[in-house]
Amino acid sequence: MQDVVLAMLAKEPTHGYHLRARLRQALGPLGEAMNAGQVYVTLARLEKAGLVSCERTDGLPDRPDRKVYSLTAAGQRRVADWLAEVSWPKPDLAEFHLKLAAAAAARLADPVALVGAQRRELLRRLRDAQRAAMAEPDGSTAALLLEGVMLRLQADLRWLDACERTWSAGMNESEG
Amino acid sequence: MNDIGNTAVLRACGVSKEHGQGQSLVRAVDELDLAVPTGEMLAVMGPSGCGKSTLLHLLGGLERPTGGEVWLAGQRIDTMSERALARLRRRSIGFVFQAFHLMEELSAAENVELPALLAGCSARTAKRRAHELLERVGLADRARHLPPELSGGQRQRVAIARALVNEPLVILADEPSGNLDTAATLEVLRLFEELRSAGQTLLIVTHDERVAATADRLISMRDGTFVDDTRLSDSATMRLGDLIGLED
Repeated sequence: MQDVVLAMLAKEPTHGYHLRARLRQALGPLGEAMNAGQVYVTLARLEKAGLVSCERTDGLPDRPDRKVYSLTAAGQRRVADWLAEVSWPKPDLAEFHLKLAAAAAARLADPVALVGAQRRELLRRLRDAQRAAMAEPDGSTAALLLEGVMLRLQADLRWLDACERTWSAGMNESEG
Repeated sequence: MNDIGNTAVLRACGVSKEHGQGQSLVRAVDELDLAVPTGEMLAVMGPSGCGKSTLLHLLGGLERPTGGEVWLAGQRIDTMSERALARLRRRSIGFVFQAFHLMEELSAAENVELPALLAGCSARTAKRRAHELLERVGLADRARHLPPELSGGQRQRVAIARALVNEPLVILADEPSGNLDTAATLEVLRLFEELRSAGQTLLIVTHDERVAATADRLISMRDGTFVDDTRLSDSATMRLGDLIGLED
């Protein structure tokens, strides 16, 4: 979130509420969970770290948000570093994989049943994402994010199919 | 499986389809019970070869079962004469296929009109219905185009309009997104969603998770039998923001 807020400030110095509006627009329906304070908390941290500076302006009396944030030189360097970075979230599959292995080894639960429950949960998520995508206008950038979410869920569902095949075939045979 | 009540427009009782004999006997569909209530959008999902397409053919009267019964709106269809079955398929069932199966030398409008004419509609009525349906699927401006001039998503929407022209009791769709890219799949899903809201009964056989996830109910099939039957529409909607992690 810090890097995102910094990069959004690179366009021009701006108010917190304007940043928040731009974030929400880019995220579309997926941005609804973002609480109002999140951007301000992040900005405060960035200011403390010397990555943004903040200037009070004489705003209107009915608009309490009078702080204009801008990038410091260090902030600009960090944005450049972030853009050049090629990190990527790691798929978090090991925990579920080990859950199946442990459940089968201790005969605590049927791995195939665990896979089934997990599949239902992912399908529910996929359904919600799909409904949100259907409601987005063509060419919306928020729809692109939903597309990514759905493709990952599809990949996970296919992996669960592979889990099911292996565990339903191997259950009665070897015990590792 | 579920309650086989009077509200089921389509149902199967112990339906089976066997191929081959003796050692090489294969049960593509193995004594399945199924009840599809009016207005439900049901998806049947499973790997290729699990028997889901065969099941769709049995339910739609395209193939006859080797055991069990198939009922459509209180009529037993698996024992009907070939002639009666053909008439019933034309009037009461709308088919949608992966490869669209449109007549390439006929325009979009003519493709939609054809089943209406075959069912005994006047040319005028058929024309009017085709026009209404093409408008409904968002293709009024493509009515005179030939299928090769249309995109995959547009062709599938024409095929769906054609499936609807005789106001079928049920739409049976076999891998409707199989030949479509993501954007075109979305077009078709939007259309299905609209049909569902209008109370159309839909049974969709698919291996596409995105299509399956939009159904009210999802049945998973393996080796000719049902292994799971989940009602997706009952589950609570999650906060969409929880699908992504943007904390700290």
